[in-house]
This record gives sequence, C-alpha cells and structure tokens, in this order.
Amino acid sequence: MTKLHIRANTFTLLQTMTSVGLSALAWAVTGVRPIWSGSEPSDRQRIYFANHASHGDFILLSACLSEKERARTHAVAAAEYWGKSRLRRFIAQDMLSSVLIHRQWTDETQNPISIMLSVLDEGHSLIIFPEGTRNMTDEALLPFRSGLYNLSMARPDVELIPCWIENMSRVLPKGQFVPVPLLCRVVFGAPVAIAPGEERRAFLDRARQTLLALNPRPPRHDVEMWNPAIRKTSRDQKSLEHRSRSDIRHDAPGDD
Amino acid sequence: MPMRETLILVIGLTTVLTIANLIAGILSWRAPKPLSSTLVNLNQRINAWWVMVLAITVAMFLGRRAMTILFALISFAALREFVTLTHNRRSDHWVLLGMFGIIIPFQYWLVWTAWYGLFTIFIPVYCFLLMPAITALHGDTERFLERVSAQQWAVMISVYCVSHVPALLTLELPGFEGRNLLLIAFLIITVQGSDVLQYIFGKLFGRHLLSPDVSPSKTWEGLIGGLAASSLLGALLSFLTPFSPLQAAGVAFIACLMGFLGGLVASAIKRDQGVKDWGHLIEGHGGMMDRADSLVFAAPVFFHTVRYFWT
Repeated sequence: MTKLHIRANTFTLLQTMTSVGLSALAWAVTGVRPIWSGSEPSDRQRIYFANHASHGDFILLSACLSEKERARTHAVAAAEYWGKSRLRRFIAQDMLSSVLIHRQWTDETQNPISIMLSVLDEGHSLIIFPEGTRNMTDEALLPFRSGLYNLSMARPDVELIPCWIENMSRVLPKGQFVPVPLLCRVVFGAPVAIAPGEERRAFLDRARQTLLALNPRPPRHDVEMWNPAIRKTSRDQKSLEHRSRSDIRHDAPGDD
Repeated sequence: MPMRETLILVIGLTTVLTIANLIAGILSWRAPKPLSSTLVNLNQRINAWWVMVLAITVAMFLGRRAMTILFALISFAALREFVTLTHNRRSDHWVLLGMFGIIIPFQYWLVWTAWYGLFTIFIPVYCFLLMPAITALHGDTERFLERVSAQQWAVMISVYCVSHVPALLTLELPGFEGRNLLLIAFLIITVQGSDVLQYIFGKLFGRHLLSPDVSPSKTWEGLIGGLAASSLLGALLSFLTPFSPLQAAGVAFIACLMGFLGGLVASAIKRDQGVKDWGHLIEGHGGMMDRADSLVFAAPVFFHTVRYFWT
C-alpha cells in the first residue's frame, strides 16, 4: 500500500451508492441528527476530528454532511486493519473511499502525514480519529496522537472541526456486526486552531477537552449513582435544574 | 372499511386542524418578528399533527395489515427512544438485539394472527423470565437489577402496551363486525384530544400544580377540565363505536384518565434521566414517546374494558 487511489473530485458509482445506502441505513437505525453548535455546514475545506469507538463512527458522521460534502470527505483508516485482506481493502477504498495510513511505518512513502497532506492538497476534506484507535476503555476519550497538530501546522487554512459522536459505541460495539437501534446525534463544535506559539501537547490536550465538552449527556459517574450520601446531593441538584428548566418551559406549549 | 364514518372523521379532523392553522397563523401574523419560540413550536406541532393524522388515515384506508405494521413501527421508534435513555452495557448487546429483532416482530405477528392467549402473556411471562436469564448467562452482574428492570420496562411500555391498539382489530364485537378500525380512531382521538384539551384548560384556568416535582405544566384545573371535555368528546363520537353515548363518555373518561397517568409516569422517567424530551422524531413534539405516552397507558385498559363488557 504505497499509492493512493483517490479518484478526482467525484465518487465512482459504487462509492455514491455505498454512501447513499449507508447514510440511509444510519438514519433508519439511529435516527442520526447533526447538531451544529459553534460551526455551520459549509463548503470550506475541513478536517473533522471525532471520538472513536465503533466502525460505524465515520458512517454516522458522513451521514450528517450534505451529499456534496460527503463526496469529497474521506475517512482516514488504519492500513494495518483495512489493508489486511483484499476484501477489506475493497470495502475501505473502492466502497468507502477511505484514506489508508500505516500507524507503524518505516518507508518514507508510507509517512501518514504526507499521505494525508496530499489528499488535502487535492481539495478534499478528512475525517480523522485522533485517539488513533477505537476506544474500548471506560475513559471517555483517550489522549490524542500528534497527527492533528502536524496537519494543522502544515495546512493552517484548513478548519479543524471537533465532532462528538454520541452512542455509537452502544449501537455497534467492537466485535459486533449487527447494530442495535439507538438514537444517535453528532455534535459539531466551533473550529479549533493552534494558538501562536502553542506547544504540541498543549494544543492536543486543548483539542481533546474541546471535543469532550461537546458531549450533550456526560456520563453520570457510578459513585454518584450508588453512594447514597452523594446521590442525595445530586438529586437536590437535579431538582434545582428542573426548577430552572421549568421556568424556561412555562411559556413553551409543552404538554408532556 | 365503513366509509360514511371515516369520511365524517376525515372532514372533522381536517376542519379542526385548519382552524388550528388559522389561529396559529393569525397569532404569528400579529406577533412581533422574529417569532417567539412558543409560536414557532406551536406551528411545528400543528404541522406534525397533519402528518400524524395523514399517516393514521392512510392506514385506516389500507386496512388491518397496514394498521398493524404502522403500530409495529411506532413500537420500534418508542423502544429505540426508551433503550437509548437507559443504562446498558456491552454484554447486553444480544438482549437488546432480541428486543428489536424478535420481540417486536413476534408480538405483532401474534396481533396479526389474533392469537389472544399468547399475545397477552408472551412479554409478561416469557420475555419477563428469559431476558434476565440471558443477561445472567452473559455473566456480567454489574448493576444487574437496574439493567434488567429497564429492559423489562422498555418492552412492556413500548411493545406490549402499544400493541394493544392494533389488537383492537382482533376483537369480535357482535353487531360491530368489520368496523373495528373505528375503535382505534375513537381511542386515539379521545386520548390525544384529551392531551390537547388538558393543555388548553391548564393554560386558561391552571392555578394549582398537580405534581410540581414531576411536571411543571400539569394542573388540577387542566386535568379536570380536560377530562370533562374529552368525555364529552367521547360521547359525541359514540357513533363510531358499539357504545351508547353515555357508555362512550365513560369509556373515554377511563381511557383519558389512564392517558393522563401515562403522561405523568413518562415525565417522571424523563426527569429521573435528566432529559426534557424522549427524542427528536416528531418536529415540535419531541420523540415518539412524547406523543404516545398517554396512548401507551390508555390502550391496554381500553382494550380490556371493551373485551370484558362488549364481547
């Protein structure tokens, strides 16, 4: 896998059919809905970066983009996994039009950054998962790898959009092939950019925090759920929240 | 398909919704721009009502099979919303898949074949016992009771209860043959109408909150006015049913009271989970469960009331 197979600016028929079919499937199973919170749909060149826990993640994300944007937005995937067999490579490249990169590389032609940059230079947008792998831990988000920083240093004009993908790890957990229908949302946040003089690690941590902050339903911590002492205070807080929420809702025609 | 009654229903509902459109239109026209979120929401809600009325009318014309499929889809949407809100773990994957892939199709197949005996016990007996057994076999005991209970509730509410609406088509009511679809129309119009009427009475006369911890919008005045008005509506709709006007008022009263309780329980679940709406399927209303919560509680009681007294 040394050469890229990105075909011009448009999809092949197979890629278009796959993309339309998968987006329809994603909607039927998850009712996926984009929430633009800080950015808007646009035809600017972008790098979408998202949390990663499932093969369905990038399908869900691209289902939230317009047909036109989808045709020029490519997910970056691991060549170690997707290049393993001819079938996998066919799925990844000929059907999903992904960009395959090697996480462990020796040959300079395999340098993932230069591969991704060459795709950007053709005018395409990218979807990347900066955790570097599917997150199977209880941690909400793993530390970011450096790719995001390197790409943005090299192409500062490309917008970095954080995207929080909700619930997909429950819909299609690692090792499962049949999705459970659960509602999913993708929250698109405000663009992140490297501040002047910002260090690599500081930037990556900040980007990670920005992404985490987009989660519309942060997990309630187990301790809070099961420790009666803490639970009491959390319930008080909850009823406070309701009161403030009910103020908002009084004028809304809610008949729940 | 009794044509005369259906035609009266279609004309009646179209008239009501058109009047609602007119009122909302006048309000929006006179209101300062941009419109307040209340008015935007009101317009969205009325538009969504058009879609819902259209969907059910089409199913009415297509008959029993279409009605059964429509409610299977409603169960799917409701179950999806319910499961999304509850806690589950990776080891629950197969149980969750079974809920969507086996329980929904099988329960509605039982409705379709009118197998009453199994229809009433399949979920409360067999699924009740087998689902936790499967979960236990997976060996993941963390928060076991919580997960298992939530799964039970999910299928009872969104599949078992909802399936009682199309099950009305399987009842054999002497002298009412071939007209059962009208019972569904009667149930939906009174219960959903009651929701709207309770809201209107609450807005006009509401003083005393009924359960401020659960819902900030439910008042005693709304409940009493809404129930009285929807019982009256039931009496007016008695021509759809095998009931006398007085009986129709009584049945509508029971159904709408159950509907009110359903809304209250659904609100309590949402408060506990810290969300405002179940989902976002129906523009302006929230999710399917936000619209169907009252129907969910009303349907089984309505079904058994009719079955006990009229068959």
